[in-house]
Amino acid sequence: MASASEADFRTRLQDWLPKLVLAPSVAVTLFFVYGFILFTVVLSFTSSKMLPSWDFVGFSNYVRLFSLPHWHVALKNIAIFATLYIVICTAIGLMLAIFLDQKIRGEGVLRPIYLYPMALSFIVTGTAWKWFLDPGIGLEHVMHQWGWESFSFTWIKSNSMAIYTIVIAAVWQSSGFVMAMFLAGLRGIDNEILKAAQIDGASNWQLYRRIVIPLLRPAFLSAFVILAHLAIKSYDLVIALTGGGPGRATEMPATFMYSYTFTRKEMGVGASSAVIMLMTIAAIMIPYLYSELKEKKE
Amino acid sequence: MSVATQDTAVSTGRITRTFIYLILLLFALFYLLPLYVMGINSVKPLSEITGGNMMSLPNEWTLDPWRSAWSTAQIGVQATGLKPYFLTSILMVVPAVAISTILGAINGYILTKWRFKGDTIIFGLMLFSCFIPFQIVLIPMARVLGMLGLAGSVPGLILVHVVYGLGFSTLYFRNYYAAFPTELVRAAQIDGAGFFRIFWRIMLPVSGPIAVVCVIWQFTNIWNDFLFGASFGGTTQPMTVALNNLVQSSTGVKEYNVHFAAAILAAIPTLIVYIVAGRYFVRGLMAGSVKG
Repeated sequence: MASASEADFRTRLQDWLPKLVLAPSVAVTLFFVYGFILFTVVLSFTSSKMLPSWDFVGFSNYVRLFSLPHWHVALKNIAIFATLYIVICTAIGLMLAIFLDQKIRGEGVLRPIYLYPMALSFIVTGTAWKWFLDPGIGLEHVMHQWGWESFSFTWIKSNSMAIYTIVIAAVWQSSGFVMAMFLAGLRGIDNEILKAAQIDGASNWQLYRRIVIPLLRPAFLSAFVILAHLAIKSYDLVIALTGGGPGRATEMPATFMYSYTFTRKEMGVGASSAVIMLMTIAAIMIPYLYSELKEKKE
Repeated sequence: MSVATQDTAVSTGRITRTFIYLILLLFALFYLLPLYVMGINSVKPLSEITGGNMMSLPNEWTLDPWRSAWSTAQIGVQATGLKPYFLTSILMVVPAVAISTILGAINGYILTKWRFKGDTIIFGLMLFSCFIPFQIVLIPMARVLGMLGLAGSVPGLILVHVVYGLGFSTLYFRNYYAAFPTELVRAAQIDGAGFFRIFWRIMLPVSGPIAVVCVIWQFTNIWNDFLFGASFGGTTQPMTVALNNLVQSSTGVKEYNVHFAAAILAAIPTLIVYIVAGRYFVRGLMAGSVKG
């Protein structure tokens, strides 16, 4: 056996060893995440162009940002995209989950088919849909060849409709994942509750509307949070599918930030747009994470 | 959260069931369609795509588009095909996944079994970092990588992916270890086992399932990343960036068949992971969304 003082030293060592081992990860997070956020926030109040400068100009970058037509297009697009993406993914996901839950033969084959797009990158997804929706070789061309001469589908080339092609591709990529979340929620519901309601004479429609869907509330919340933050971050898909075009018609905040910072060399404006993006995501994520962590403690 | 096998007690009529099967099959077609289009057109000569029908099977089967995509296609200024970029992606992904997973395991172990005042705040800070829009770190990251002399290099990309992957890997292990009885750890402590010994002999042996989930998640995310690769890759670009450059290039004839073959090449590693370990893939998605 070790002597008393040695044992004491060992206890103390064991006491600070965990913190010491955790320290590098914490330091890295504080520096690369929170330090960098601070850096970008500070930058957004300076007149930085191609390189950072420390000439403070107050809120003028934000004023300029909100006077730029490109930023307004980006905001309008993200509103359209995020709304449709979240609503359609949730609707399709919920429907497929409820249908798959009806003792379907071949569920084991269907489920992986619905989900595999989630394994693909947005660049691959964008490439596939870009050519599939291209009027020259894709869907429109195919329909013409099949004899439907008047068929026209040129959304991807249209200023006003191109944003909806991004919705189609994004829904294709993520709706299977929402299905999986709802399916897990459905499988967690106690069948006794359903049986009791059936004895009381509830129809299937009532059963789902009044009992099942309210019980899925946590799944709805998780799906919303995940889809919302994916929507705001969406960059790759826009680049691969439309490149932000035609013209700048499918500009999003993420593509705006990139082009203003690195192509147009207006770093101050780019930084301020990134700050707006962060604040939007934080407004959604922080209350959610806070409630999740708090529940966990009890 | 696991997908149990229990089905609902709801019963449905014959017509409803037919309708349900119809909808389910239609959606299966919707999800399979782009894969079919990519696959079928990657083995056709170009003339059959521009002159023919995207949905029809090839008259003449050819693997030339695949050969071209892999070794001779013009990407950027050089006609190297995707091969060097594939190698870059592998060299970047393997260390980044390994390092972030190991660190995540240790962090999760400390945050659950060696709790201290403020540990929830630290975890909250790491957790939030999973969800930030990466645009907020692009400018300072570019400068720091430049200062470290890591800009445009594989080690630079590894650093970026480890740093921003740490939140998720910590989340996975923390939630997993939280369910592991702390009494066992205390008992081992009383028997004289130290910090690392407990981790090595007690925690790691039970970590198999969550390690698989974490590795798959990190692998898929890092392999599929585009923003960091495009911003910090310089000339050492990963697959996604190379694929995008190939598809978007405005010079010469658009070789659709080569683009499709290249897209499949970029997708193959994550698709294989999905096919081989789909169950864990789904679990990873769930754990990332429903914070336990």
